[in-house]
Amino acid sequence: MTNSETRQEKSGNFVSVFFREAEIDTRMLAMLIALLAIWAVLYFLTDGIFLTPRNLYNLAVQSSVVGIMACGMVLIIVAKHIDLSVGSVLGFTGMIIAFLQVRVFTLDASWNWPLTIVCGLAVGALVGLWQGWWVAYRDVPAFVVTLGGLLVFRGAAYLVTDGQTVAPLDPTYQIFGGGIDGSIGALWSWILGGVAIAWMVVSTVRNRARRAKYGFRAKPVWAEAGTLILGVAAIAAFIIVMNSYYKPRTDIPRGIPVPVLILISVVVIMTLVSRITKFGRYVYAIGGNLEAAELSGIDVKKVTLWIFIIMGLLCAVAGVVTTARLNAGANSMGQLEELNVIAAAVIGGTSLNGGIGAVSGAILGAVIMQSLDNGMVLLGMSSAMRQVIIGLVLVVAVWFDVVYNKRKR
Amino acid sequence: MQTTPLVEMRHIHKRFGGVHAVNDVSIDLYPGEVVGVLGHNGAGKTVLIKTLSGAIPLDEGEILINGEKAEILTPRDARKYGIETIYQTLALADNLDAPANLFLGREIMTPYGTLDDGAMENESRKVIERLNPNFKNIKDPVRNMSGGQRQSIAIARAIYFNAKILIMDEPTAALGPHETAMVAQLIKQLKSEGIGIFLISHDLHDVFDLSDRVSVIKNGRLVGTRRTADVTKDDVLGMIIMGKLPPEKAA
Repeated sequence: MTNSETRQEKSGNFVSVFFREAEIDTRMLAMLIALLAIWAVLYFLTDGIFLTPRNLYNLAVQSSVVGIMACGMVLIIVAKHIDLSVGSVLGFTGMIIAFLQVRVFTLDASWNWPLTIVCGLAVGALVGLWQGWWVAYRDVPAFVVTLGGLLVFRGAAYLVTDGQTVAPLDPTYQIFGGGIDGSIGALWSWILGGVAIAWMVVSTVRNRARRAKYGFRAKPVWAEAGTLILGVAAIAAFIIVMNSYYKPRTDIPRGIPVPVLILISVVVIMTLVSRITKFGRYVYAIGGNLEAAELSGIDVKKVTLWIFIIMGLLCAVAGVVTTARLNAGANSMGQLEELNVIAAAVIGGTSLNGGIGAVSGAILGAVIMQSLDNGMVLLGMSSAMRQVIIGLVLVVAVWFDVVYNKRKR
Repeated sequence: MQTTPLVEMRHIHKRFGGVHAVNDVSIDLYPGEVVGVLGHNGAGKTVLIKTLSGAIPLDEGEILINGEKAEILTPRDARKYGIETIYQTLALADNLDAPANLFLGREIMTPYGTLDDGAMENESRKVIERLNPNFKNIKDPVRNMSGGQRQSIAIARAIYFNAKILIMDEPTAALGPHETAMVAQLIKQLKSEGIGIFLISHDLHDVFDLSDRVSVIKNGRLVGTRRTADVTKDDVLGMIIMGKLPPEKAA
């Protein structure tokens, strides 16, 4: 076996052997290290404030909105499209939700807020259908369609209430924003953490069994165990931190914020969609080689349409989180957010040439971006200065990616 | 060879704007036969063959498979009739691994409706290792693979699904001598299994020895079809370059 020979030739110190045997993506690793480095620097610059439970809780909530949309953006960019309208669509769907909740439906009715969410998601899906139709069936480049959408839906968000801000929203609905009641408490956090850990263990074991069934080479047990331990540690650390932030003037732990739960659900669903469904495989095939995808009998137009519908839906989900967090609907919601979302996907390793990208990377990208922004706010930097730095980071991150891909070849 | 032809393409026309790319071309193919389709670059042979593979819908004319009229509008239709194509470009998605490419559009699914990557990897290993025993790294993205390996994937994809009709567009253009010999060997084997093969090439030497008949196309029109046993390479070159048809010998 040439395979095992090359493996033996490549020896190294323990850490590098571990990462190779555990088949951890070196790119992902570099991003994790970058994130930890950013956190370390901000920890010292802010005299420790950055890594307090309170700030990490806020950071997690702040990352959710961008992260939710970045999951959809990964599919869009992998298929070699772009969506510049996500911020406006967030604003539009958010305004629809707030408007229906406060001005149209019966106030304080128990069905009010669930129905507004359903309506918001439907509007998001319709917006996606509309834009996807132009891209897929009318061959208008996505750049143009969504640049138009950026204006159309920002304007539409204004027109919903003629620019008025709608507030306050239903108290129950505010749970989705991660505010005072917007978290699930210590017990449920640990239960969910336990489920996640159990799921990690089961899927690892099942994967090994499947590889054994076909006689493929499996990772060494110690590498697998090491990966598991790291995963378990990360989950536990996250829950401990979230449980160490208390509700105001009490010692009741907040636990995992609801927006983060929404983000996690979106990440799990979108990861599964991209990895184990035909649809996901086709998205990557289209981005890798459009002609090959067509010649393989893939209905490229239909797949493209669905990519945009999913993106629209996720914008609406982000709209729910944003309105719940603000406890209001304002037509400026999501302004410039498209840039954060695209940047998160790109920093997370999604290639603008199409065909390459992962949901998990985009989430890391979103957390990196948000950490920088959050840290600079703590340092008292002006928003102008923050924009300059975030913009530079984006360029450097993509440059790093280009260099990395060249050396890999 | 008096059986029904496997494929009969009758009076095929294809126009692109003002360009008559394929003009009233009729060719056929019998089971276990190799027909070389020859012509200069841009003569129309690839367009002709793409109407058979479903990549380009034809304007006029008809295609008969086993004597029955066939509606081929998309690549999916062509696959239904057992037509598999190895394109000159190989039509591989560079970012996907070999199993994903091999099964693209025809994935093996688990009972839960999800991709069965294990089964696909297993089947791919079987078929690819038969073609190219040294090809182990099939889980790498195709972009990291050599020309020969890529060709192996494209061929594996065509033969895995029990093709009855195989179209090979410039199958050896990108290959070294060793791999070319491998492809020639494979063509002989498939032929003996009763598969009909169209070999498309601009280079006479690539196909002359492998073909039972050659059809020559020039400027979108069929110059003629001859059995390779009845003509010399120079005769065929005359057909390709000058459009001059050598007299047909009595069978």
